[in-house]
Amino acid sequence: MSHLRRPAPRELQPTSFAFTPENMEKAKKIIAKYPEGRQQSATMPLLDLAQRQTEGNWVPTVAMDYIADMLDMPAIRVYEVATFYTMYNLAPVGQNFIQVCTTTPCWLRGSSEIVKMCKDELGIGIGETTEDGKFTLIEVECLGACVNAPMMQINDDYYEDLTGESTKSILDTLKRGDKPKAGPQSGRRGCEPIDGPKVLKAFCGCGAADQAAEPKDGEA
Amino acid sequence: MLQDKDRIFTNLYGFQDFGLKAAQGRGNWDGTKGLIEKGQDWIIDEMKASGMRGRGGAGFPTGLKWSFMPKESDGRPHYLVVNADEGEPGTCKDREIMRNDPHTLIEGCLLASFAMRAHAAYIYIRGEFYHEASNLQRAIDEAYDAGLVGKNACGSGWDFDIYLHLGAGAYICGEETALIESLEGKKGQPRLKPPFPANAGLYGCPTTVNNVESIAAVPEILRRGGAWFSSFGREKNHGTKLFAISGHVEKPCTVEEAMSIPLRELIERHCGGVRGGWDNLLAVIPGGSSVPVLTKDVCDDVLMDFDALREVGSGLGTAAVIVMDKSTDIVYAIARLSEFYKHESCGQCTPCREGTGWMMRMMQRMVRGEATLDEIDLLWDVTKQVEGHTICALGDAAAWPIQGLIRNFRPEMERRIKEYRARIAA
Repeated sequence: MSHLRRPAPRELQPTSFAFTPENMEKAKKIIAKYPEGRQQSATMPLLDLAQRQTEGNWVPTVAMDYIADMLDMPAIRVYEVATFYTMYNLAPVGQNFIQVCTTTPCWLRGSSEIVKMCKDELGIGIGETTEDGKFTLIEVECLGACVNAPMMQINDDYYEDLTGESTKSILDTLKRGDKPKAGPQSGRRGCEPIDGPKVLKAFCGCGAADQAAEPKDGEA
Repeated sequence: MLQDKDRIFTNLYGFQDFGLKAAQGRGNWDGTKGLIEKGQDWIIDEMKASGMRGRGGAGFPTGLKWSFMPKESDGRPHYLVVNADEGEPGTCKDREIMRNDPHTLIEGCLLASFAMRAHAAYIYIRGEFYHEASNLQRAIDEAYDAGLVGKNACGSGWDFDIYLHLGAGAYICGEETALIESLEGKKGQPRLKPPFPANAGLYGCPTTVNNVESIAAVPEILRRGGAWFSSFGREKNHGTKLFAISGHVEKPCTVEEAMSIPLRELIERHCGGVRGGWDNLLAVIPGGSSVPVLTKDVCDDVLMDFDALREVGSGLGTAAVIVMDKSTDIVYAIARLSEFYKHESCGQCTPCREGTGWMMRMMQRMVRGEATLDEIDLLWDVTKQVEGHTICALGDAAAWPIQGLIRNFRPEMERRIKEYRARIAA
C-alpha cells in the first residue's frame, strides 16, 4: 500500500485548517446541492476542496476534523471516506503528481515503457517524490481513456497516445517550469482514428455526411 | 453499416463546440416541451418499444427499469442518478458524451426524470474526469440560464434540478448501490438487495440509476420513436451503441455503430484491422475487463450484442473491445486484471476481499509458471468460491476473466508450468 493511503506522520501534520473565504463560498454552494439534513453528501467534494487548498496537494487530518465539524458529523465518518477513496492524498505529493495507468489496455499499448521513461528521467521509483519536490510518480488503475492508450494523468490533465519520446518531452517541459499541451500527443483530437474520422465527417468539417458513411465496395 | 443520419452522438469526436448553441444546431433540445407534454406513460412506453437495454454493462431493459418506480409519490421525493463513474478497463465512451455532447445527457436527464416523477437528478462522475466534469457543468449552467432546466423546465411546468457529484477514485462506485452510498457521503460499499433502489435508494427514496449512454440516447429515441431505435440490431438486442476498441488494432477509436455488428467488421471497418492482419489475432475481451476472453476462432464470426456474446460464454458488458495480437502474454494480460480487481475490492465481503488477493497471487505465479499442474484446477475452484458469494458483482467480475483464461488458454498455462518445472529440475 502506498504511503499516500496512510495519514502522514505527526511531524508533517499541520495544527490548524480553515477554508479560505473564497473556498468557504464554494463550500456553501456545494452543501446547497444536497437536500436539507443530507449535508453529509458534501464530504467528498469538501475533501477535494481541502486537498486543492493545501500546499502539497493532500488532506491533513486536521482538515478532516474541520470538515466533520462543518457538516456536523463524527470525525471517524470523514476519516473513513478519506482513507477509502484513492484520490485523496493523505501525505504531501510533488507539484507534478504523475499517475501512469498500467492496467491491461494501457499495458498492451506500451505503458511499461512509459513507466520506465518516467523512472529514468526523474530518477525516482514508484511512490517516490523527487528531492526538489517537483515530481511524485505513481502507477494507477484504469483512467478510462483506453482508446488513447498509453496515458498518464498529471494533476488534472490527461496526456494520451504516449510514446517514450513524448513522455520525455512532457517531463522536460515540466522541468523547465512550463505546461505541456494536454490531451493526445499523437496529433489526433480525441477518440477518432489516428488518420481522421471515418464517420461523422460532415460534423468534423472534413467531408460530406452520409455519402462518406455509406459502405463502399472494396472498403475494409 | 450505420449511417451518419442515424448516429445519436454526432459530436463524439469533439470537432464542434460542446456548448448550447452548437448543440441546438445538432438537434438537441428540439421540441423537448412537446415530448414532456405527451406524458409519463408515453415516454416509458416508447422506451420499452425502443428495446434499449442498459448501456452500463448489465443490459437490463431501460423502459422496464423505469416502470419499477412508484407511479405516485408517497411523500418521498424520487431521484434519477446517472452513473458516470466510467472505470471498467477498456471503457471510454461516456467520457466522450460528457466532454463533447453534454447536452444530450442533460436533456435525457430531464426527460427520464420527468418520466419517473423525479424533480432532481444527480450525475455521479468519476473524479479523474476533471475536464469532462467541467464541460458538463458549463453545459448545465447554460441549460439553467436558458430555462431548459430549473423551475418550469422548457416551459413544461415541470421543476427539475440537476447536480454534478464527483467521485474520488473508486471503481466499486460504478456498482449502483455503492454509488448511492458514495453520493450520501460514505465509503462506497454496496448494499444488500432488496430493497432495490426503486423502493429505497438515495436517502431512502425511490431512485433509478442509469448509465450515461442510456440516458443520453433518450431524447433522440423519443424524437424519432422507439421503432426507429429498435430497427437496429437483432431481436432483443436493439439500437445503436458506442463501441470503444483498444489494444492491438491499427487505429484504436470509439465509434457509434448498430448493435449486432460482427466483431470482425467492427475492427476492420473502423480500426484499420488487427495489427499485423486478422490472422495475427490471439484473443479479444469483447466487453470490458470483466467479461471472459474470446479466442480467434470465435472472433471470426461472433456478433457484437448481448445474446450472441453470452452464447459464446462471454458478454457485451460496456462494449469495450480489448484486442490482443499474437505477441501478447495472455497470462500476464489477465493477471494484470486480477491485480486491478484486488486493488478495487471494497473489502466488505470476505470471499472477494481475500479471494481477489488469492487469485492475484496465484495468477502472478502462473505468469512465470511457478506452479503445479493441479494448481490450475485449484485456481478454478477458488474463482468458483468467489463467484456468486458476494453482495455485488465485483467478485464475479474478478472470477470471470480467470475462468475465461483457463477455459481458452489452458495449454499455454500448462506449457509455462512444464517449462518452469523442467528448468528447476535441471
